[in-house]
Amino acid sequence: MKYDSISELCRKAEEKNLTISELVLRDQAVLMEKSEEEVKCTMRTMLEVMRDSTKEGVNADRRSISGLTGGDAFKMEQRVKEGQSICGPMIGNALIKALSASETNACMGKIVAAPTAGSCGILPSVLMTIATERKLDDEQLVMALFTASAVGIVIANKASISGAEGGCQAECGSASAMAAAALVELCGGSPAMVEHACAIAIKSVLGLVCDPVAGLVEIPCIKRNAMGAANAFVSADMALAGIESKIPVDEVIHAMKVIGDCMNPAFKETAEGGLAATPTAKRLMKEVFG
Amino acid sequence: MLGVFDIIGPIMIGPSSSHTAGAVRIGKYAHLVLGERPTKAKIGFAGSFAKTYQGHGTDKAIIAGILGMDTDDNRICNSLAIAKEEELNYTFELLELDGVHPNTVDIELEGESGRRISLRGSSVGGGNILINKINGADVLISGKSAALIITHRDTPGMVAKVSNILGINGININKFSLSREEKGGIAIMTIEIDGGIEPSIKQIIQDVPNIVSVSILNAI
Repeated sequence: MKYDSISELCRKAEEKNLTISELVLRDQAVLMEKSEEEVKCTMRTMLEVMRDSTKEGVNADRRSISGLTGGDAFKMEQRVKEGQSICGPMIGNALIKALSASETNACMGKIVAAPTAGSCGILPSVLMTIATERKLDDEQLVMALFTASAVGIVIANKASISGAEGGCQAECGSASAMAAAALVELCGGSPAMVEHACAIAIKSVLGLVCDPVAGLVEIPCIKRNAMGAANAFVSADMALAGIESKIPVDEVIHAMKVIGDCMNPAFKETAEGGLAATPTAKRLMKEVFG
Repeated sequence: MLGVFDIIGPIMIGPSSSHTAGAVRIGKYAHLVLGERPTKAKIGFAGSFAKTYQGHGTDKAIIAGILGMDTDDNRICNSLAIAKEEELNYTFELLELDGVHPNTVDIELEGESGRRISLRGSSVGGGNILINKINGADVLISGKSAALIITHRDTPGMVAKVSNILGINGININKFSLSREEKGGIAIMTIEIDGGIEPSIKQIIQDVPNIVSVSILNAI
């Protein structure tokens, strides 16, 4: 199976009366010359590390190697625990988990790149949050990871999942689209709804630049993971309501590629533009590196 | 061709899949190509690697890989200290290279026996890598399949002889490339295969006339 169009993938799943995850699992087992159970077993390992990363970072005292970040997942948890989150407990919990995994990453802790380390908080946060909300088991979450992966493969093939090549839209944008796809399938949406959710998720972050302060995967990356998780919920909810993206998902992905290609290198992980070029960023960089 | 675990994964030590995990994997590949304990390493960073390597721990990651560590090894953040303990001397420099991927690194290694190798690798996103050069010869290796690197004298029939040995032993080739310095000089075959390969096959290929060296590189 070629992974060069999300629409084609969805049509194939519909034709065969399968979910996208079932279709992708079958295909990948053949590709890897392994049984479906073996492939799922590897994916279960990924899910476990993901789950740990959504908890490990909730720590008031832990700081990143640079000392610039840390403790934000803890602050968010306090607010949700007090029942004060204006986003409500579900999005509040998603924010805690996304911040936690991203802070774990910044501390040189263990995470799963999904699709990259800079965007490692989005998919785990969304999966763990919806699992609690809708009482889903690990088997369902593992399957949803295959749907998310297929979206990621298409984006990698047709555009990019690397901030150095396509800016943050390619990292947090791709992760958000992958998470939105997983959410739609987990909530019983159709393959067509998966397409619209991905399109909506990417459209909202098109043009987002990769401008890490001091070149570190911390500012603004950690908070952008929280945004990416929220964007996944927003996009999936609209798609599940039957709202359609007027621009088809594959065209949205192509637009992302064109934008990435036109993007000045200063905005592609080189830490020379955007937030990284602000006076405060320069001061922070001096504090860290002298 | 990308699979699901190129997108979900690797399990890794942060903070950057391209600048940390990808760098560990390129270093690990250099470690495999050398095939012995490294004593000297000269590392040249280009593009985004050159601009941000300290911030992403790319220096620690490359050294960790050269020491043989994998992307999820908890010792990565201490690799520079471990290099001292294991008597690996390293230098970093910044390179300006044209026409290469934004995240590219050149590695030169010397091993305990005096063996020297060089390698150029790019980290292409999500922890995925491409090895572009080995000992000056153009190659294209993802590290996802086991690979055979065979240097030989440029004489007729070498490809047929090597592929015949692989065929007889039930080994399927999934990617093949051949390059040479000059006609009749030293050529290098890069063969990626499905599954693993028995070490005994290395000797069989080694015994073919005009073969200079055979290395088996496992998937990483």
